Amino acid sequence: MKPPVFEYHRPGTVDEALAMLAEVGHDGKVLAGGQSLVPLLNMRLAAPRHLVDVNWLAELDEVSCDPAAVRVGALARHARVEHDPQAHDAVPLLRQAIGEIAHATIRNRGTVVGSLVHADPAAELPAVLVLLGGTMELARAGDGGRRQVAAADFFLGPLESALHPGELATAAVFPRPPAGTGSAWVEVARRHGDYAICGVGVLVTLDQGLRVEAARAACISVGPVPVPVDLTDALGGQPHDAADWAAAGRLAAEAVDPEDDIHATAAYRRHLAGVLTTRATRAAAAHAAQRAEAAR
Amino acid sequence: MAETLHQTRLVVNGVPHTVRVPARRLLADCLRHDLGLTGTHLGCEHGVCGACTVLVGGLPMRSCLLFAVSVDGAEITTVEGCRTADGGLGPVQQAFQDCHGLQCGFCTPGFVTTITAYLRDHPDPTEEQARQAIGGNLCRCTGYQNIVASVLRAAELQRREGRGR
Repeated sequence: MKPPVFEYHRPGTVDEALAMLAEVGHDGKVLAGGQSLVPLLNMRLAAPRHLVDVNWLAELDEVSCDPAAVRVGALARHARVEHDPQAHDAVPLLRQAIGEIAHATIRNRGTVVGSLVHADPAAELPAVLVLLGGTMELARAGDGGRRQVAAADFFLGPLESALHPGELATAAVFPRPPAGTGSAWVEVARRHGDYAICGVGVLVTLDQGLRVEAARAACISVGPVPVPVDLTDALGGQPHDAADWAAAGRLAAEAVDPEDDIHATAAYRRHLAGVLTTRATRAAAAHAAQRAEAAR
Repeated sequence: MAETLHQTRLVVNGVPHTVRVPARRLLADCLRHDLGLTGTHLGCEHGVCGACTVLVGGLPMRSCLLFAVSVDGAEITTVEGCRTADGGLGPVQQAFQDCHGLQCGFCTPGFVTTITAYLRDHPDPTEEQARQAIGGNLCRCTGYQNIVASVLRAAELQRREGRGR
């Protein structure tokens, strides 16, 4: 189908965009990559009266790395972040997860911040931000209109985030994991590029002796928001190449509370959370060991 | 209520055009209806099938998920732009003919644009990479085997062409 009528606004600066968003309030929606929004419009599942097109805001088109984090501006496309060598070096989980988002064609247009704001419970990036303990940078018109929201407080429910009407998410900050950390992203989808039936991201931190110091996971498609699971109790103190990965899987399977839908039963999703966590912890520990070796 | 029209400039296959379109005009519809370039096909209209894929600034994108106004000023390449300078079949199109890479042909424009962009960056793909490259495009006729063969054949034709220069 074709999208419904809307009024189109093309601000030239962030301040102009914020003024427009303040004016249109609840009736407005931000258009960035549009790879989730435009399908909703085409299928007439959404009909905002105003679209504020931020594609001309060059000041938001940035990816920067500092010793603490990778900061991704609202206009940085998935493909750019995926292929940025510095971002990959700082937070390898970004490339690991972004490679599983839809297809390369979609990633050429879709934005990282747009995926986060969309807050789809089957999307990869919300889990990545939660797992890393990242933050969202939000702005609204007027003095004191800037605020930061921790990932743990940003995702409220399916397609629901803490972003208020009239606010613009200007950037997402993905902290660098501590030294000795490896990561992995694994997921199962019916077809390559589809939304995952279940997906799991894992961070494993090794100590100097290459034993597991800390491990945690975030699971998608098994709840209304990404489900973080601390796995340190199952793996702590064990060697990087021979830990009880299945115990980590069992912890994750117990922690999630999925529901049945047309794609999978709750029991199958729970099973996947366990199996994928088992695989991801093993892979993340190997990744951590490999990075430790390379740093030597 | 008459819809507001927005003046929008697009350079399509090297030819500049200025159109006046409603904001909700999808790039695919702008190409087909406003510019008469009906080579771009609309299948699912929600970004799943890949038939409408065109190159925007050289990168493959779904023209059913873009508003024409939102790519104002962009350089667009459609399947019509994937032919040779003298109007013959381009290497990807020639490969599809050689390998019987199409049957009904509906999905073909999206494959041709996607593969053209892919081979520019990956001139010598393996069969596995060829399969990955077309992972975002659906074809309900061929079973894909001949499309994979077409990707490899197009790469061969392009390399040969490169040597001939």
